[in-house]
Amino acid sequence: MAHDMIRSNAKSHAKSPLVDESRRGFLKISAAAGGGLLLSMTVACATPGDTTGAVTKPGAPKAPLPLTNLNIFVAVASDGAIRIMSKNPEIGQGIKTMLPMLIAEEMDADWSKVQIEQADADTKFGSQIAGGSFATPQHWVPLRQVGATTRWLMIQAAAQKWSVPASELSTGPSVVLHAASKKKATYGELAEAAAKIPAPDKAAVDALKLKDAKDYRIIGKSVPNWDSPKIVRGVPIFGIDVSVPGMKYAYLAKSPVFGGKVKSADLAAAKAVPGVTDAFIVRQVGNDLMGLLDGVAVVGDSWWTAKEAAKKLNIVWDEGPGATYATADFNAQAAAFAKAAPQANLSKTGDPEGAMASAAKTVEASYSYPFLVHAPLEPQNTTAHVKADGTVEIWSPTQNPAPGIGMVAAAVGVDKTKITCHMVRCGGGFGRRLSNDYMVEAAAISKQAGNIPVKLLWTREDDVQHDPYRPGGYHNFKAGIDKDGRLAVLTNHFVSFGMNGKTLASANLPAAEFPAQFIQNARYDQSLIPANLPTGPMRAPTSNAVCFAYQSFLDEVAIAAGKDPLAFRLELLANPSSAPAPTPGRASFSAKRMTDVLNLVAQRSGFANRKSLPKGTGMGIAFYYSHSGHFAHVAKVKVAQNGKLTVQKVWVVGDIGSQVINPTNALNQAEGSVVDGVSQLYQKITFDKGRTQQSNFFDMPILRLADAPQVDVHFHITDNSPTGLGEPALPPVLPAVCNAIYAATGKRVRNLPIAPADLRWA
Amino acid sequence: MAFTLNVNGKTHSVDVPGEMPLLWVLRDKIDLKGSKFGCGVGSCGACTVHLDGKVTRSCVTPVSSAVGKKIATIEGVGDSKLGQAIQKAWLDADAPQCGYCQAGQIMAATALLTTTPKPTDSDIDTAMVNACRCGTYVRIRQAIKMAAGVPTADTREV
Repeated sequence: MAHDMIRSNAKSHAKSPLVDESRRGFLKISAAAGGGLLLSMTVACATPGDTTGAVTKPGAPKAPLPLTNLNIFVAVASDGAIRIMSKNPEIGQGIKTMLPMLIAEEMDADWSKVQIEQADADTKFGSQIAGGSFATPQHWVPLRQVGATTRWLMIQAAAQKWSVPASELSTGPSVVLHAASKKKATYGELAEAAAKIPAPDKAAVDALKLKDAKDYRIIGKSVPNWDSPKIVRGVPIFGIDVSVPGMKYAYLAKSPVFGGKVKSADLAAAKAVPGVTDAFIVRQVGNDLMGLLDGVAVVGDSWWTAKEAAKKLNIVWDEGPGATYATADFNAQAAAFAKAAPQANLSKTGDPEGAMASAAKTVEASYSYPFLVHAPLEPQNTTAHVKADGTVEIWSPTQNPAPGIGMVAAAVGVDKTKITCHMVRCGGGFGRRLSNDYMVEAAAISKQAGNIPVKLLWTREDDVQHDPYRPGGYHNFKAGIDKDGRLAVLTNHFVSFGMNGKTLASANLPAAEFPAQFIQNARYDQSLIPANLPTGPMRAPTSNAVCFAYQSFLDEVAIAAGKDPLAFRLELLANPSSAPAPTPGRASFSAKRMTDVLNLVAQRSGFANRKSLPKGTGMGIAFYYSHSGHFAHVAKVKVAQNGKLTVQKVWVVGDIGSQVINPTNALNQAEGSVVDGVSQLYQKITFDKGRTQQSNFFDMPILRLADAPQVDVHFHITDNSPTGLGEPALPPVLPAVCNAIYAATGKRVRNLPIAPADLRWA
Repeated sequence: MAFTLNVNGKTHSVDVPGEMPLLWVLRDKIDLKGSKFGCGVGSCGACTVHLDGKVTRSCVTPVSSAVGKKIATIEGVGDSKLGQAIQKAWLDADAPQCGYCQAGQIMAATALLTTTPKPTDSDIDTAMVNACRCGTYVRIRQAIKMAAGVPTADTREV
């Protein structure tokens, strides 16, 4: 990591945001004022921490100075302390640090004076979601405009104060300057006056000139994870750490079969356990497998007590229609579908049948991958208080509060406007916490337990067995290669999961999946195994699965065509048959950008020199475009003769546009994506009798440090608007590794998870 | 049952069942929430504490077996010079993403550097078995070396 960090005074927040009185005060006031851009209210501010040492324990806190709100994001105290609200949920993607950087840059703030605070869920902030790698493209302009508007207010205040034209004023870090008179005023001195100036209208905001990138002091510098000083001291900042007065702990016993109903439970047996205060049946509301389902709640004075008491419930379940689901049966159905005519056509280009008939050579292969569970390390939890006065307060580690608030409103019978939802730091997300089942459960239990505050916590087993899984899938490919070794035609009969012709969430195949628009003839078909299983987006949804199958099969085709795997891919990219379909509102796939990252990753990894590697060692290449990011990876692996796989190194080259906003976090995300991808090679979720067969990390392994490869990350800077990074570095990891395994052993990995025994070679 | 525990040099009295895991006594009874619950089966290491200096999975350690031992948790790491150096290295390497596992990782690293002040990559591989779902292993490896004052380059075979 050759990047300089800029440090701030994020060192020693004495108090957890969970109990930060200033935040509550701020919310009350801003709600009262209707959330307009200009609020001149003063509230208590978090005490700025010291700057002496990262691990210094907080000393006696200084008395907080009043803050003046300049808009819903920025408040400034008279001593120059700046509080910036971070609007989106933090799941480890670094957004809490990054979004305020955008504001601070254009505000021309002195970063050492900035304090970041997590916003609550509030419609005044617009969309608040951690998903789709959307945060960067969605906020790149608007939040810099918030900063520029704040700076404009400071300039206007100084112009009034000194009776000079605003055009004669400039700013430096947290100061306004008048060059002619050498007058200078700090943002702290100007804040109160600035807050009284009418906010500029949208046209005026749009007319504000944003900084040239060369003038950035904050954007493009590495700003370390804002909450790390708390994390390394064990300060309670996660959802599981929430504690409110009078709180009880809850465990909810859940149906082993998705959507099963409680027929009976021995509530008295659980209630008889010392420390248990209540036990009751919770009933399903609505028809969402990721919503409130039947269960039996046990409430007590410690979570462990409640969870242990639940073992005495002796619940009898009506398992319902889901009780027949079995992976072995799914696999058999998939094999039968592969031999039959497809149910539906997804896309067709040219004359695939004719091209296949006239091909010089054909290649056929079937690929499959399993269901996967998200398994963020912090088990699902929420603290909820459905109060007797008809209001609700929730503390939830959610990636997506708005739908959760909607479910809570429906389940406990209150209006959404009566619900306050505090977004608490999430111990990982990966898409799991886009669903809010744990949130609505906590609220339902709080209400049923007599309107007391409860903290609901799941076990790891519950988390593994009740997830919106990444769906499995089966790809049945056939390729035709012409006499020049070019890919003339590709067909895929994709077998997925769904009901009534509609795939389950994240179980789809994009109709234009590469290389459909880069060859003359292509046909993608689909058949669906009927199943109503809970599925949903997992980091790089669809892409994380489809990329493995396509980039592995293309490797196979390249070798069958006698081509170098890199040259074959570059050749495909050079000959689009039609313009790739643009994605509204997002950067579109660019063959040029992908070609460049492919060439760069080959250079950085020494891909051309791989022929000299001994047997058992190999390099593989893959690329993918997802979430507006263009990424190409090379993996180097070593496979022992007994089949033991070591992923030694992965090189990552990504094009996410003109600006990497926070380099240390960007590198961390890419490094983590590599580990995540390698981890997925070994994971699976399977079903039998409608039950998830895995339960914890011994049968659903998470890659550990010793097996994590070295990672080389490079961002290729291009003249494109910046895009997100939580997801697009992940998909190419799996096929790059599998293609490297082929290079090392001659064994093609067509089915995940990898079975080490399959990789033995002599 | 009443138990007296020595946590980070302080004495705490609790009245809980003897089989209650130490993790839940620390979190729900003594209000030390830095040690995390991840799996409940001693696999992920998010709950790692030291008992008499030894790395221990508090989620599968009955409280009764911790009596009479020195219990050290993440909240007390900063009390020692080594702990401070490790915390600082974690920040300098900007290791955490979500941060949930990092208390356990730091406890594991503290035990490693106590017995092996200048660890090799092999030593780190053997000692650092805690799970990080975000995949911050590159930086955890670096941070340990930074705290130990050894070169940060990864010496494993490529």
